[in-house]
Amino acid sequence: MALLSVEDLSFAYRDREILSRISFPVDAGEVLGLVGPNGCGKTTLIRCVDGMLTPKSGRVLLHGQDLRGMHRREVARAMAYVPQSTGNRTASTVFETVLMGRRPYLNWTVSPADEEKVVEALDLLDLGGLAFRKVGELSGGERQRVMIARALVQETGVVLLDEPTSNLDVRHQMAVMEVLSGLAEERGLAVVIALHDLNLAATYCRRLLVLAKGSIYGHGTPEEVLTPEMLGSVYGIEAVVKRDLPAPYVVPVRPGQLQEGV
Amino acid sequence: MEEIVALREGYSRIRKTRAAFIGGLLVLLVILIGVAVTLGSAGFTVGESYLAILAGLFPGTFTAPEMADVIVWDYRLHRVLFAVAAGFGLAVAGAVMQGILRNPLASPFTLGISSAAATGASVAIVLGAGFVGGEYLIIANAFLFALLASVAIYGMARYRGVSSETMILAGIALMYLFSAVTSLLQYVGTAEELQAVVFWMFGSVGKSTWPKLGIVTLVLACTIPYLVYRAWDLNALAEGDEVAAGLGVPVERSMMVFMMVASLLTAVIICFTGTIGFVGLVAPHITRMAIGGDYRTLIPASGLVGAVLLLAADSVGRSILAPQVLPVGIVTAFLGVPFFIYLFMHRRNA
Repeated sequence: MALLSVEDLSFAYRDREILSRISFPVDAGEVLGLVGPNGCGKTTLIRCVDGMLTPKSGRVLLHGQDLRGMHRREVARAMAYVPQSTGNRTASTVFETVLMGRRPYLNWTVSPADEEKVVEALDLLDLGGLAFRKVGELSGGERQRVMIARALVQETGVVLLDEPTSNLDVRHQMAVMEVLSGLAEERGLAVVIALHDLNLAATYCRRLLVLAKGSIYGHGTPEEVLTPEMLGSVYGIEAVVKRDLPAPYVVPVRPGQLQEGV
Repeated sequence: MEEIVALREGYSRIRKTRAAFIGGLLVLLVILIGVAVTLGSAGFTVGESYLAILAGLFPGTFTAPEMADVIVWDYRLHRVLFAVAAGFGLAVAGAVMQGILRNPLASPFTLGISSAAATGASVAIVLGAGFVGGEYLIIANAFLFALLASVAIYGMARYRGVSSETMILAGIALMYLFSAVTSLLQYVGTAEELQAVVFWMFGSVGKSTWPKLGIVTLVLACTIPYLVYRAWDLNALAEGDEVAAGLGVPVERSMMVFMMVASLLTAVIICFTGTIGFVGLVAPHITRMAIGGDYRTLIPASGLVGAVLLLAADSVGRSILAPQVLPVGIVTAFLGVPFFIYLFMHRRNA
């Protein structure tokens, strides 16, 4: 059984339909990349899956259980969500911000075991040296890693991330994706990541889900999904997809250059 | 391994700093209470003041100097403790509002609750109209108008969808509306009424009595433990709605409950004191700068900072032009603003 499965999910703001009939499963150990142009509904989909938005129809199953019948705290123990980076300006330290991820388990006091989990997550995301700096004083990329660390200490089977690498340089993009795909494999997590960078998605995701105007355009391995035809009709760009590398690599070209044989 | 130990030691150091900060504030507050009780035309030493306080608490064990116990217990102590309770409550209300609205400018004053109370008082003073007659007309009006403002914010937020932006905009709009109503009442009122309204708005703990102190203490005793108990939810909400929801906090319901608790705290204090704007804004900021933002300690520590600020301001107000007494609302701003500006300028450079 899939850890997370979305069944026939539609969502509308008043009468404007944003998502229409989305279905997909995510298995334990799998990293699913959610790709598509700006405004195609990636964020809305993630927020529906997390239960923050209520879909018009369809349902989300977590370990086979309907999300609507679950208590918020139960959901928080089963599914973590890393929102798109915000200008977080709180006075909390990195350590305490990550500690907040234990909230679904904490009563009031913090146990040594909770602290240990925080330390472990800080270490995984290379944040040990920043532990007692204030989050508001960090760079965008550092802050993003803090948010991911917080999701990891939630110890959930499912992790949803909305553009987790948008503020990172290439080294940290890869480091974050390595951590996520490594954890998916080791701990059997189901990870859903909305990504803009198609090549990063192709490198780290087992499967990609292409959203276009609120519907699924394609769903499959990066090799199946990343084609010049898809890039043309979904993004409206001309591109070459190189296939002689470990993962397919999308090289966009300026309009008209392909015909000239450049 | 070493790093793990270092990190855990670091966190335990933070916890110790917080405990020390709270302990230090408690000591400071107790000393300040002793000093504040000595202030006035009949002069005692600080020692005699403590003796008079203890004599009242344990009549057999301690004996106070003549008259000291009467003056301390009948005239001074309730005022001093009222300043403590008011400062504590306003600071906690400010801390909660700043957290759930994620806005450093949020406070009972900026959200229109104080100006609604002022309008309530003005209606009582100028029109003599109110929900409860007699002696408590002004107090009841101020209290009910303050709650009315928070219910209005609640209603608008419910209609538009609960978010910090909606609440802040609704609060600011209400602040202007209530200020305009108060101005209108001042405009149509007689000179005496105008004076009474203006004096009410200065904010003062001079009208305190033991029963009033009792009411405020009771509300504090009911609300503060609840807020401390839900500190993790406040921590999560301060990070943003989406984060809080992801961590399992029922966002809308919690925001509403916290907003109502903070409003109740504010209303029950300012209906007795009039507008005291500055403590609720600044005490939480000072506390955050000192010990960080964990609401488990931020709530009690902000309360103590607020209590110390308000009591210090009232003591200065009572002594600086003695026997004239300056209203505490004015003194708090004069003392607090430079201190606050110093703090954040200093921090920027660091």
